[in-house]
Amino acid sequence: MSAHTKGSGGDGMKWVGRSIRRLEDPALVQGRGRFTGDLPSARWVRFVRSPNAAGTIKSITAPEGAMVITAADIKGVKKITPMLHKFNYKPVGQPILADGEVRFVGEAVAAVVAASEEEAEDIADLVEIEIEDTAAVVDGRAAIEDGARQIHPEAPGNVILKGEAKTPGFDDVWATAAKIIRCDARSHRQNATPMEARAAHAAYDPVSGRITLHCTAQMPHLMRTAIADCIGMPESDLRVIAPDVGGGFGQKMSLCTEYVLVTWLARHLKTSVAWTEDRRENLIASFHSRDQYVTLEGAFDKDAKLIALRADVLSNVGAYSCFPTTCGVEPLMAMAEMPGPYDVQQYQCLARGVLTNTCTMAAYRGVSRPVITFTLERLMDKAAKAFAVDPIDIRRRNLITQFPYKSAMGLEYDEASYRETMEIAVEAINMPAFRARQQLARDKGEYLGIGFATFSERTGYGSPAFAARGMAITPGWETVHVTVDPSGFVEARIGSSPHGQGLRTTLAQIIADEIGVPPEMIKVIHGDTDTAPYGWGTFASRSLVISGGATLIAARKIRAKLLKIAGHMLEAAETDIVLEDGKAKVAGTDRDISIAAMAREAYTQTHRFKGEIEPGLTESGTYDPPGTFSNACHVALVRLDAETGHVKVERYLVAEDAGRIINPMIADGQVHGGVAQGIGNALLEEIIYDESGAILTANLADYMPPTAHEIPSIELHHMETLSTQSITKAKGLGEGGTIGPPAAVLNAINDALTPFGVEIDTIPATPQRIRALLRNAERAT
Amino acid sequence: MTDKATITLTINGKDYAIAVEPRRTLADAIREDCGQTGTHIGCEHGVCGACTVIVDDAPVRSCLMFAVQAEGKNIRTVEGLANGDTLHPMQQAFMDNHGLQCGFCTPGFLMLAVGVLEREPNISDEDLIDVLSSNLCRCTGYQNIIKSVRAAAQEMRK
Repeated sequence: MSAHTKGSGGDGMKWVGRSIRRLEDPALVQGRGRFTGDLPSARWVRFVRSPNAAGTIKSITAPEGAMVITAADIKGVKKITPMLHKFNYKPVGQPILADGEVRFVGEAVAAVVAASEEEAEDIADLVEIEIEDTAAVVDGRAAIEDGARQIHPEAPGNVILKGEAKTPGFDDVWATAAKIIRCDARSHRQNATPMEARAAHAAYDPVSGRITLHCTAQMPHLMRTAIADCIGMPESDLRVIAPDVGGGFGQKMSLCTEYVLVTWLARHLKTSVAWTEDRRENLIASFHSRDQYVTLEGAFDKDAKLIALRADVLSNVGAYSCFPTTCGVEPLMAMAEMPGPYDVQQYQCLARGVLTNTCTMAAYRGVSRPVITFTLERLMDKAAKAFAVDPIDIRRRNLITQFPYKSAMGLEYDEASYRETMEIAVEAINMPAFRARQQLARDKGEYLGIGFATFSERTGYGSPAFAARGMAITPGWETVHVTVDPSGFVEARIGSSPHGQGLRTTLAQIIADEIGVPPEMIKVIHGDTDTAPYGWGTFASRSLVISGGATLIAARKIRAKLLKIAGHMLEAAETDIVLEDGKAKVAGTDRDISIAAMAREAYTQTHRFKGEIEPGLTESGTYDPPGTFSNACHVALVRLDAETGHVKVERYLVAEDAGRIINPMIADGQVHGGVAQGIGNALLEEIIYDESGAILTANLADYMPPTAHEIPSIELHHMETLSTQSITKAKGLGEGGTIGPPAAVLNAINDALTPFGVEIDTIPATPQRIRALLRNAERAT
Repeated sequence: MTDKATITLTINGKDYAIAVEPRRTLADAIREDCGQTGTHIGCEHGVCGACTVIVDDAPVRSCLMFAVQAEGKNIRTVEGLANGDTLHPMQQAFMDNHGLQCGFCTPGFLMLAVGVLEREPNISDEDLIDVLSSNLCRCTGYQNIIKSVRAAAQEMRK
């Protein structure tokens, strides 16, 4: 890792900053991971899903003797009705099983319960659903046309959410522009596609009457709250466990109807009931994302300085609003963060969420920023062209360089390195050499292109940020309990709930530095509402910042207590004691005592400490930070085959700054994975509906996540601007990798397309779309 | 379809006498009838490769094979890779090189890579990427998987 550090410098830490191997891995590489789908069950559920996008259910006919549950059987179960108190939000409820009407292909209409998965599938094939079909509204723009059919009566004109913002003085500044540059961007619909699809297993305990629900969830505690609420059961009667989870990427953050029903069935049947989603269900009926039209206009002065920005964001949120974020997750974040890393104090935005007869839209890694960054960075490249300045130069003129910075929307940006990371990237790329190579290639009829993307990513934000959105649920804080047990081993119980991020390891590194025991002696316990404190799970690049902060607070309390104990036992001043190598040592002497021995005393010999410490060695930390901003510059080099429209990413470079890096190996892995998903977003992945609302990409041969072939080796450069808004000085980086690629790759494709005089502002930029542009260009000449 | 066939599957050298419907996939039989849940199912249509196991020395997608077809064959799964407490070089390489994140696709990648390297120990970099592109991973971006497999290949050649 190349070290460019801005901020208060190193603190002489032993474990933080090291690429130690993950504590998670030994079990996972031996097939000893425990995933929800691994559990045996007495009963299995198969959902019967609507083949129609819109219509009225006339009848549901079940085979004789089969157990088939419909809306009529679960009358007492509440709809999922996410709530926002602002932005003209219209609350609409989602029934757990379609009730009277179907609103998208894949909506669960009935649930078959049988003794095996196969039997349930066989019966489901025999369930007949008669639906009186109505014309579907599929496209987001069509949904707001006059006379478009209403998806829900509560949301007239199909607008479920409307946010508007305009800074005072906007019109006056806009009127002074030398040039107005416009980008009409389209992001098609995508799916997070975790390798483990969703699964739920609910078991009834006849002794206690409690239900234990294992499920693939990013937020187990909120799942418990929400499911208990829907069913109308005491929350303490429900235990939710997210065991090993095979990727989430946002999709497993939202409450799904299926988990409510599986829990209800276990309670109703007093047995164990399970459902494992198949890939087709995941692609048609889990949660989608990114489906947006964005029009962005930039007013530039004569020096190509952006002076005002105007955005129109139209998000197709599907048939319902997701819980807990609501469907504001994409449009409202776009509204708040559209100006990104650029210094522009005049801003106007209209952000709308519109309902259609498609699968519900929810969070997906990067949330909104992949699309807003792609749009904003296309705008910058278009402006560069219009002003005949270099794309890098136009960014130099406009990136924020003074911190703290208050955005036009009132967000406080802490210190970041927008310019510095870009300059690192520029230097690493060697632009003159690339331009020469590009020209030589063009002369031979080969088309290379380079594209830059700079962005900021708001990370690790606490509850005030969610409150500002008017959310009825304001996630944000985290609590961690750290215990040194009487044998000297350590456990940290965390409310966060990782699923592949290596958080057990990174949190152990933080604790190890504070209390002087190696990470191998520290167990991080998560994902179980019975054993972990209430918390908000893992999403929005938050866990290392917020759970890490709470961990540090708790570990510091343990440290203070250990120093007190050591002071008594070693008869030394606390200030002379260091904790390292599993021991408390008196500096400058050979006197020491093991932490295990002190821990034993803290439980069994408390009288020795003269009432100065509480018995035992458990401490809690809770942290609710204001939020910080990570940033990066991504660069893509692509080769475009003009005959086929195929694009190959030949080189990909990331210069990123996520503050203090706790474990460089894990951090790099997060960036690699994010970039791969982002390249998929840019070039390959698309959920396609036909006009009737039927889905044409219901398997992984049609919906195409990238393979090892499509992803180049990713070159990483790091900066560490130590955050003043996070006590570990770390900024989040779970999503950053995903944010840059659509912008960098599209800018690179457009650079390659320059000789043809056409541009593409649509993701994914598939060969078909590129060929269509080139065909039109050929016809025009 | 509900008549069950009585078969014996040999998984990691151990025999499992089971009764399965002829339509039962090898993946389901391994996981549910033989209790070896290390083999994962990601798509059930042969694209993602999460269910890859080695059958008679060839990596196969166990979701595309029926259990009854595997009778009499030697099946190896992720649970059989390590030699007691000693990890297979491929497992060790994945840990050393951060070749996994959520770990769901990992057993499939391990079996794919082991199966291929046993047959072709000196596989070229290009062919290796070609082979690895048959399985999907959504977390790692592949870079560290490729690095892991290269490292293990070196170790396995020793």
